[in-house]
Parts: sequence; structure tokens; C-alpha cells
Amino acid sequence: MDDLDWLEAESIYILREAYGRIDHIAMLWSLGKDSNVMIWLAKKAFLGRVPFPVMHLDTGLEFPETYAFRDRYVREWGLELINDACPPIEEIDPSLPPNSRLAARKTAGLKQALAKYGFNGIIAGIRRDEQATRAKERVFSPRRNQGEWDFRDQPPEFWDLYNAEFPPGTHVRVHPLLHWTEVDIWRYIRRESIPVVPLYFAQGGKRYRSLGEIGITFPIDSNAGDIDAIVAELETIRTPERAGRAMDHDSEDAFERLRVAGYM
Amino acid sequence: MGAYPSRDAGTRAFPIVIVGHVDHGKSTLVGRLLHDTDSLPDGKLDQLRSVSEKRGLEFEWSFLLDALQVERDQGITVDVTQIWFHTAQRRYVIIDAPGHKEFLKNMVTGASRAHGAVLVVDAKVGVSEQTRRHAYLLHLLGVAQVVVAVNKMDLVQHDQQRLLEVEREITGYLGEIGIRPRAVIPVSARNGDNIAERSTVMGWYRGPTITQALDGFARRPSPIDAPLRLPVQDVYRIGDRRAIVGRIESGRVSVGDTVQLSPTGRRAHVASIEDWNRSQPRETAGAGESVALTLDEEIFAVRGHLLTAPEAPPAECRAVAVRVFWFDEEPLRAGRRMRARYGTADVDVTVAAIEKVVDVETLDSGPATHVERNGVAEVVLRSTQPLYLDKFADNPRAGRGVLMNDYKVVGGFIVERPLQASRNITAIRTSVSRPEREKRNGHRGAVFWLTGLSGSGKSTIANGTLRRLFDNGWQVQLLDGDNLRDGLNADLGFVREDRAENLRRTAHVARLLAESGVIVLAALISPYARDRAEARRIVGDGFYEIHVHADVEVCRLRDPKGLYSLAASGQVASFTGVSAPYEIPVQADLVLDTTAGAPERSIEALVGYVNDRCGLGVGERHGGWGAYLA
Repeated sequence: MDDLDWLEAESIYILREAYGRIDHIAMLWSLGKDSNVMIWLAKKAFLGRVPFPVMHLDTGLEFPETYAFRDRYVREWGLELINDACPPIEEIDPSLPPNSRLAARKTAGLKQALAKYGFNGIIAGIRRDEQATRAKERVFSPRRNQGEWDFRDQPPEFWDLYNAEFPPGTHVRVHPLLHWTEVDIWRYIRRESIPVVPLYFAQGGKRYRSLGEIGITFPIDSNAGDIDAIVAELETIRTPERAGRAMDHDSEDAFERLRVAGYM
Repeated sequence: MGAYPSRDAGTRAFPIVIVGHVDHGKSTLVGRLLHDTDSLPDGKLDQLRSVSEKRGLEFEWSFLLDALQVERDQGITVDVTQIWFHTAQRRYVIIDAPGHKEFLKNMVTGASRAHGAVLVVDAKVGVSEQTRRHAYLLHLLGVAQVVVAVNKMDLVQHDQQRLLEVEREITGYLGEIGIRPRAVIPVSARNGDNIAERSTVMGWYRGPTITQALDGFARRPSPIDAPLRLPVQDVYRIGDRRAIVGRIESGRVSVGDTVQLSPTGRRAHVASIEDWNRSQPRETAGAGESVALTLDEEIFAVRGHLLTAPEAPPAECRAVAVRVFWFDEEPLRAGRRMRARYGTADVDVTVAAIEKVVDVETLDSGPATHVERNGVAEVVLRSTQPLYLDKFADNPRAGRGVLMNDYKVVGGFIVERPLQASRNITAIRTSVSRPEREKRNGHRGAVFWLTGLSGSGKSTIANGTLRRLFDNGWQVQLLDGDNLRDGLNADLGFVREDRAENLRRTAHVARLLAESGVIVLAALISPYARDRAEARRIVGDGFYEIHVHADVEVCRLRDPKGLYSLAASGQVASFTGVSAPYEIPVQADLVLDTTAGAPERSIEALVGYVNDRCGLGVGERHGGWGAYLA
């Protein structure tokens, strides 16, 4: 087994644990590269079908290429899609910095969906290497039903003996990609030929390294027009992956505040 | 954090953990390691220097790790983080383990993934309480590759004599717990001495630097040559076939191999390894791989069972000697009931005895009545269900587990040895055999186990069926949950453990009756799949799981015992379907849907089903009981 085989086997194990032990579960599909890898892994885990709904928290502000991708692969991958609109910006905490406030619509959209569909498990494609606060996560991470994350008192988690049972009034975030890195994701996309939104590939000297909403996501300077070039670029790049995500830079603790309040 | 390095990208990063007493300089060492191996993202250092300045603080290397605001405020590292760096040889991932005593559970979380460790000791202070505790836990968790960093050498004037004193102290302790450190390295993390660069001020030191010592660590071998251990995670349907899915913990499995299932002991051959979107089907798979196996025979399997190599199955036992590490605020005492999880099994256990509590300071162990939080002890766990465990020393992945109380992980354990059950009981062969009884009765004995929500109609259907079968001349008995709780199970309540015990006793009674040729209709909510599987195991052949299904809304409206309204008002705690779970059977032998339609239809269906399963062939019959068919 090479390193990708190990990561794949671990993620499949986690997905099967989540599906087998949590009764109402859904997967977040942000349409980004990581969540496409996650769907791919789910198809492997469940032998060709994804046995739970996938949820796109739709702000209406995604790039046109992103929507086109969604509409195509919902059909091709046979997904059961939930894409309710997120609550409007007016309903979001005005004390948040502007970009974070926009991003917080997704948190509100998630809360809305949790209440409407009664999910007690949410599979999300976050990775420890993305961002410092995400590095603190567990694979099975309990949240109170408003979604708050108590990072100071996280349960112990060891030997892959994950705890999937939490008291009523709690839901579980499951993170099957927690131990992957950005370059692992791209190497796996290359190995498995997993489709991604074309915005990741450079055009006119720019490409998106991390995909979010129009207006708060910016491309980086790059000539990486295919996966090989992206992998090569990432092996030498010295800037963080989320540098193009405005909400991370609103203030020193903006992203942490978002996550404590329930952001992915 | 940590840039992703280019070298050696095709192999997994080598996981290490940095442990040691609070304030001995772990975070500083990590910060320096990142910097000196050129593994920091651009701008990170400048960002932190400016943040420090803004806060009026002198820059510290440890700020690099204190990514969360609260950590900076409290001045301690709260939780496990994951940080990558690289040497010329390979990539590493550091699982940062904090030193504060409160955070033992986080250290275990981090160290359980590590293949090697750096134990940091303050040169000035020497070996401290957490130094010992962390070293002891490394030993428990099976992390045998350790280097010792004797830090803050600049504070002891880089004195070689002082190094030797600390070295004697720490190697003495480590030796007693069976760890031989690969190196004891004098460092100054603050100044970068002997981290990635050889120190110029400690020319007397000839041993490896930290990075050189790390490069000497070997990866923990994958247990591919150990006997097969494949805990059943789930069973999936592929068309009309069933695939047993799970991850191979040890050993390997190939198409055509004979495998054995614990607890039933049934054997079958592996027919295929199923995959999706793979160019070639796998013929063989080994430790670490997640698989989906089809077998050449349908054998009953559920989550919690274990597929093993038939020539080397694990010991079956009901008591096991373990070494426990305990996290819960409530001390662990003999008699305490908990759940133990290992592999995919989830069993109720009782602490039969606390043999010794280990003092990690002195390594003395002595008798004790209880284990305090963060303590380590030798304990005997007992279960009413059979346990299938290996010794941790023989097969770590199949010899360890976690302890749960309610929804909380309260501890972990490694298996010292499974204990032979010395029960001094010899089964007496009875002089009348089951076939003789069945022949006289004119039908087989069997157990029809009706499971479903309160109000789904179990008792009504069971009672109606009872009447019909009795009128047809059959030997038949009804075991109703409520009636049993009046006598045999009067001492039991409705918490998780009591429900399991209630079903265990009922299953044993059902088995006795079935062995005497009686048809048993058992009507119990039995909400947990695990307990129903245990009932099936106890009864053996002739057990049929009948799922009596009705939507919870319908049950609520029927509410024959008025319990839903009591539960809704909070007067009944842990009521199935309201405040306690009901796990829907995935492999029920028969499903009776009572949501719509009169109960007579379900009774009719069950009578027919019983008749098919228990009726004897024409030559076996006598008497007029067959009249039912007319």
C-alpha cells in the first residue's frame, strides 16, 4: 500500500463507520476538490452508490462554472441533492467582519438544514493542514445542535475506535479527509481521474487554489494548467492554501470565531 | 500549518509525537524544528513577529503553535495539532502533544497515531512528574522508539556534567519500563543547538542531532503476517448477494481462503473482494485495507462479529486482564459497569477486580480500591457476552479497546491476557433428546422473536398467534417483555445495561423452552441490534427475528399503555422511539408492517410463517395438528 492507499482505506473505514452508526446523515458537497474526492471515496465505500443525501449550502453566489459542475455531476454520480438556499445576509450577525459575515450564511444554511431534515450526522471534507483551527479537529466531532464547537473540551479519540454516539441535542461532524493534505488530494484526483471545477486550472496566469463565493474568493498567480503542474506547484509553494479566502483575513481570529459558531 | 514539502512525496509522512513536562520547551522545540528544516510557509514568521509586537510580547518560537487565540491568552497549548516538516531523508508529521496534566486525553489521542517520540526534559529541572507519566503512556501505547531531548542547555552553561546527570536519571526510568532511548541529545531549542544543526557551543557532544536521530526511526511494521482479524463493520447488499465489509486489522485474506466467524464459529470461503471503479478486482488484501467480501455461503453476520483465520482464532473468554488508563473524573471502582469497544464490537463489561494501581512516579504498584483520573491500573473486566481478544503484545490492533460510559470515552485498555473461564460446570446430557420431543409434539421447537416499537402490535400479534397455534394442538408459549419484568427480570430497569441483561435472560429461557420442543413467541421491544444478535447467538438454530413495524407516529396514536404520553411529559426516562433509540433490523427474517390494516392479517402471516418453519414432513407427523392447513 502506498500513502494514497492508506489514506483511502482510512477514509473508507470512517465513512462506513459514520453510515453504519448514525441514523440520519448527510454529506456536505461544497463542489470543491475535497468534497468531490469525498464523494468518490463514498462511492468506493458503498460499492458504487452514495447512500445518503449530499447537501450544497447554496448562497447563490457560486461561480457559474461551479453551478454547471453541480448540475452535471448530480446526474452522472446519481446523487440525492439537497440545495436549499442559505438565509440572506440580513439575518447574519452584523458584528462579524464583512467577509466573514458573508461566509457565515453557510453556517446559517447548515443550521436551517439540520432543523428541517433532522440530520444528526454531517460529513464534511475539512483537512487538518488547511487552517490552524481545523488542525485541532477530531474525526468524529460532537456539536451542540446550534452547531457550536467546544474546542477546549474535545473528547479523546484514539486507535481508530471512533465514538459515534452522543447525547440527544448533539450532532456529529464526521471528517473523513482530516489526515489528507492538499497535495494528497491532487495526487488522488490525478490517480483516480476525479472531475473538478475547471477554475482550479490556470488561465491567463491565474488560478483558484481554493473555491468559495464570488467576491470573497480570489485567484492566485499561477501557470498550472493541469494536475501535474498543480502538484508540481504545490510541492514548492510557500503560501497557505486559503490565502485567497477573504474571510480568513478579516481579523486575526475571524476564522476561529466562524468555526466556534459552527462553520465547517 | 507547515508547508507541504516536496521531497519523498510518494510515501506517508512519518508520524511523531513530542512529549514531556509542561514548560520544558516542547512548543519551542517544534517551532525551531520547523524553522531550521525550512518547513515554514512564507510570511508565517513575520506574521507572528508582528502579532507579538502588537501585543507587546517578545517573540517566542512557541507562538508558532499557539494558533488559537485562547492558547495565547492562557499560555498553554490546548490540543493536538498536526504539523509537517521534512529532513533530507523524509517527511514528518508532528502530532503536538500538550504537557499540561489536565490534557492527558489529548496526549493519548496524539500519541496513539505516532510511530516515534521525542521526550523533552528541561536540563535545569530534570525529570519531572509529566516526563514520567508521558513516558509511561508511550510504553502503554506501544511507542517504543524514543529520543530524549535535554533542552535549555543554554541555561546550564552547556555543561556536559549536567547532561550526564539528567541522562542517568531518565534512562534509569525508561529502562524500568522497557524503553531504550535511541539517543539522549543536549539541545537548546531557543538557539537551535543540535536541532537540525550541530551545536558549535557543545563541541563535546558527538551523538546525533534531533533530525539525525529521527531519521533513524523505523516505521512500525504493518501486521500483515499476523493471523487474520477482520472486525465486521457492516453487511451490504449487492443485488441478492451480501458483502461483509470492514478493515483488515491484521493478516491478509485472499479469494478462496476459508474464514471463520466469531462468535458463531461458522466457516465459509471467500468468493470475491468487491470494489468500485477498480481496473482489476482484488484477489488478495492485507492489514490496513478496507474491504467488502462475499462468501460462498450465506452465514449470519452483523457488526461486532469478527472474521478470523480458522487455524488461529482469538481466545474466547468472558473475563480479561487488562491495563487501563482512566480519564473520567469519577474514579474507577470494582463493580462498575461500562461498555467496552474493541474492533467493531461493543459489549457490556463489569470491573470484576482492580488488581493493582501503578504509581508512574515510582513504578510501584500496589493494591487499591479505585483508580483516579489520569491513573493507570491492572484490572479484570468481565462480560456476560463472549469476548474475542488477542494479547496486546501479540497483536496490538486486536488487543486494545476503549471504555465508554453513557456517551463518553472514559478510558482505554490494552489486553494483558484473556482469562480462561474456570466455571466448574459440566453440561449433563439429558436422557430425552430434542428430536424425540419434537416428534412427540409433531412440530419443531423454535423461537420467534418479535421486535418493534411500543405500540407496534407485538403483544397483539403474539397473543393472536399463540391462540391460533394452541387451538391447532401445538405446544406454544408466549414470553412477553412486560410479564417477564414482573418476576424473572424484576431487578432490572431500562438503562442500556439492564435492557441487555433483560434480553439475555429472556433468550436463555426461550432457548430452554425451544429445546423442550416448544414454540416460543417472544415479544420484546429489543431496540438494540447488538442485543438481538446476542439473543440469536444464545438460542442458536431455530431463531427467527420478526420485525413488527409501524411508524412511530402511528404507535404514538395507539399508545395502548399510555406510555408515549408519559414519555412526552418526561415521566418515563429513556423511552424507545422518543428518548432512546430503536435500531431497525437490517436482516429480519420476516417483517410485519402494521401501520395500516387489521392485526388479523399480521397474525395470519405469522401463523403461516411458523407453520412453514416448524411443521414436520408428512412422515414425521402424528396426530391431527395439521388441521390448521385446512
